[in-house]
Amino acid sequence: MPSSLHRPWFSDPPSMRGSVRLRWMVLAVLLLAGCGFDEEPADFRFLNPEPETIDPGRVSGQAGGRIASALFEGLCVRRHPDLQAIPAVAETIETTPDGRVWTFHLRDTVWSDGRPLSSEDFRFAWTRLLAPKTAARYANLLFAVKGARAFNRGEFTDPSRLGLRCPDPRTFVVELEHPVPYFLDLCAFYSLLPVPKHVVEAHPDLWIRPEFIVSNGPFVLDQWLLHRRIRMRRNPRYWNADAVTLEIVDAIAGDHANTNFNRYASGGLDWVDSDGVPAALVDRLSRRPDWHTAPYLSTYFYRFNLRRPPFDDRRVRQAFYFAVDAQSICTNVLRGGQLVAHSLVPPGLPGYQEVHLEGYDPDRARRLLAEAGYPDGEGLPKIELLFNTSESHRQIAEVLQQQWREILGARVELRNMEWKVFQATVQRGDYQIARGGWIGDYLDPSTFLDIWESGSGNNRTGFRSSVYDSLLQEAATTVDPAERMRQLHQLESIVTVQECIILPIYTYVVTNLYDASKWEGLEPTLLNTLHLGQLRRRSMEGER
Amino acid sequence: MIRFVLRRLLGTIPLLAAILVASFFFMRMAPGGPFDDERSLDPQVRANLEARYGLDRGLPEQLWLYVAGLSRGDLGPSFKYSGWTVREILSQALPVSLTLGMVALLLAMVTGIPLGVIGALYHRRWPDLVATGLSLFGICVPNFVLGPLLILVFVFGLHLLPLGGWGSLSQLILPAITLGAVRAAYIARLARAGTLEVVDLDFVRTARAKGLAERRVLLRHTLRLALLPVVTYLGPATASILVGSVVVEKIFAIPGLGTFFVNAALNRDYTLAMGTVLLYSTLLISLNILVDILHHLLDPRQELG
Repeated sequence: MPSSLHRPWFSDPPSMRGSVRLRWMVLAVLLLAGCGFDEEPADFRFLNPEPETIDPGRVSGQAGGRIASALFEGLCVRRHPDLQAIPAVAETIETTPDGRVWTFHLRDTVWSDGRPLSSEDFRFAWTRLLAPKTAARYANLLFAVKGARAFNRGEFTDPSRLGLRCPDPRTFVVELEHPVPYFLDLCAFYSLLPVPKHVVEAHPDLWIRPEFIVSNGPFVLDQWLLHRRIRMRRNPRYWNADAVTLEIVDAIAGDHANTNFNRYASGGLDWVDSDGVPAALVDRLSRRPDWHTAPYLSTYFYRFNLRRPPFDDRRVRQAFYFAVDAQSICTNVLRGGQLVAHSLVPPGLPGYQEVHLEGYDPDRARRLLAEAGYPDGEGLPKIELLFNTSESHRQIAEVLQQQWREILGARVELRNMEWKVFQATVQRGDYQIARGGWIGDYLDPSTFLDIWESGSGNNRTGFRSSVYDSLLQEAATTVDPAERMRQLHQLESIVTVQECIILPIYTYVVTNLYDASKWEGLEPTLLNTLHLGQLRRRSMEGER
Repeated sequence: MIRFVLRRLLGTIPLLAAILVASFFFMRMAPGGPFDDERSLDPQVRANLEARYGLDRGLPEQLWLYVAGLSRGDLGPSFKYSGWTVREILSQALPVSLTLGMVALLLAMVTGIPLGVIGALYHRRWPDLVATGLSLFGICVPNFVLGPLLILVFVFGLHLLPLGGWGSLSQLILPAITLGAVRAAYIARLARAGTLEVVDLDFVRTARAKGLAERRVLLRHTLRLALLPVVTYLGPATASILVGSVVVEKIFAIPGLGTFFVNAALNRDYTLAMGTVLLYSTLLISLNILVDILHHLLDPRQELG
């Protein structure tokens, strides 16, 4: 028989008061465990999704790239805002007339722990990027280096056979298999940043943690709280530390546009990009003074699947292309200042004249479709248009569906898939028309043209052309820049005007919200990069 | 009692094993993999990555390696966040979710129980109407409406509280209210019904008859039985607060488990998804056992079974 029911009421322990106190203590402990106290405020707080990693060798996205570029400095940096690569850790740079051998003379600089930075650190970082064990996603950026491809494939393991040499601690020599006109721009890319050999070797997996990491750039890593905040502090040992004006910079994580915008609007963030702009607010925000946009090196397009009828017929592809009024999509659906894409390669690349596509022409569209044997859409099979699940993709797809029905008489069905499923499906080639997008990595048209090589994993259209492939090879080894740009232009015209394997819709814009009266050096760039070392606060006038 | 607890604990082992195997295969069966993206990987790079994460082995072998790691307390490396192990990620996210959940639940009890009891004591008079109205409101308004409403009033209207994030007490208030409101409403209704059922029973009358103060009758006799339904509800409530905080975490940018859980599934971050599922399951199972024990302590008539 349980005793508690029969315990006389007067024998109850006088514990009421005590247990209340205990409860409050538990609560207090819980609160203290979960929350710290408010800390030092940061000088600049920007929105940055939780990066996959900040290890330069493994970073493969903008979020990690921004942090890596703030912590480390490469042979070159991109100058804000025109992004031209200028010497950084390299003081002077020499190249042979054929563009195959590059010699970098390094400045006398140190890591944040005081150890001198040597050319060996660069060789170590680049070898590590190429080593199969690292499994770096951007290893291919260095494939032009002598022996790199074979080394990455594991055909040989002796790194001294790579075209990377360190004649002395302040000289780094790179030997390429063929000239790469944008090589200096690559040297400013986050994958090619130096890493501290002495730390990486001591802590191979944990070296990027705040307790171990050592860096050579404008900032050092202070704290990394997952999905919350990455805090960086000014690096007093950076060679150009006098030019850095911010003491503490916080990268704040957030993956929900409404929440991000609310945090910005309530003063919790100083800068957000399009991840902090709710689609429903674009109309209102775009009229505000803190709204800043600039063209983005990125194109929104649709892929045709050339392996399946009816899109194995070029005329059908062209008919579908000419039936699309991209202007109405930009002005009525997107409304954020996006530009109609008249080319695959977005405008703005130095020295390059992109293709100019003619665009919307309903009569021509109908004529082409009739020539292909489908007058007024008669006999045209049902078309399935595939996109990854998202409200704005759906809106665009609906416009396309309507325009194709009205102009071509085509029956188009929309089908959406969750991101990973979508990618796997398109990769398999199991579609007719599928949404696509491409962001350039470096300032050269080839970043948009390499992907259409026969059998390239990014091609995904089934397009195979020996003409295209050989011209691509030719352009890769052409030394004369003007001639090379002409070849690239020709390549672009093959995939768009001549073969029409894709349907460009619009050029993305970089959308940033920030108070320009307060910050100098935040102007949006073609690659949506942040240059935290070059960022400064304007005079105290605009103080909060 | 001890035998009961031991038996229940032993019973969780096959249950967790089943969950592990099922979630392992469900994850692998989902189309698309961790390395499928807008940007295809160079085949060599992809092979290197798959080798690094052991995806080049057969499924049974992968499962075996996972279980072997698990027995050493190793949940594997995250596929998406390549610098972190799943264990590290969970140990950063769990305290956040637990703190938020516990505060929300406490808040729910502190407001819900008095509201319900007052309603019952003033049965069908105006305090009852107010209490019932409030709890009806709490049940009807979903958290994705309540959260933004609170933000509108307290952040943008009154400038009293910061919006979102994690790190200070003031950042905890709004999400805890948002998360706790529905539960407070349920608790109020349960407490009201429970109290109404008990107030007229013999043992309460006896307590009054022997001259106890009304306060003591209520606190020591009535509530003890009246709150049983509330205790029963606490198990599922805690579970739903822990698992169902995803929306609130999103609205208030809170780095809790929910965020990682959803993202892990979307990213096909196999190890992180598995780790989260196992952690959630362990939490739910232990909570259920705890509720059974509590039940027994409050009402010894209930058999432990």
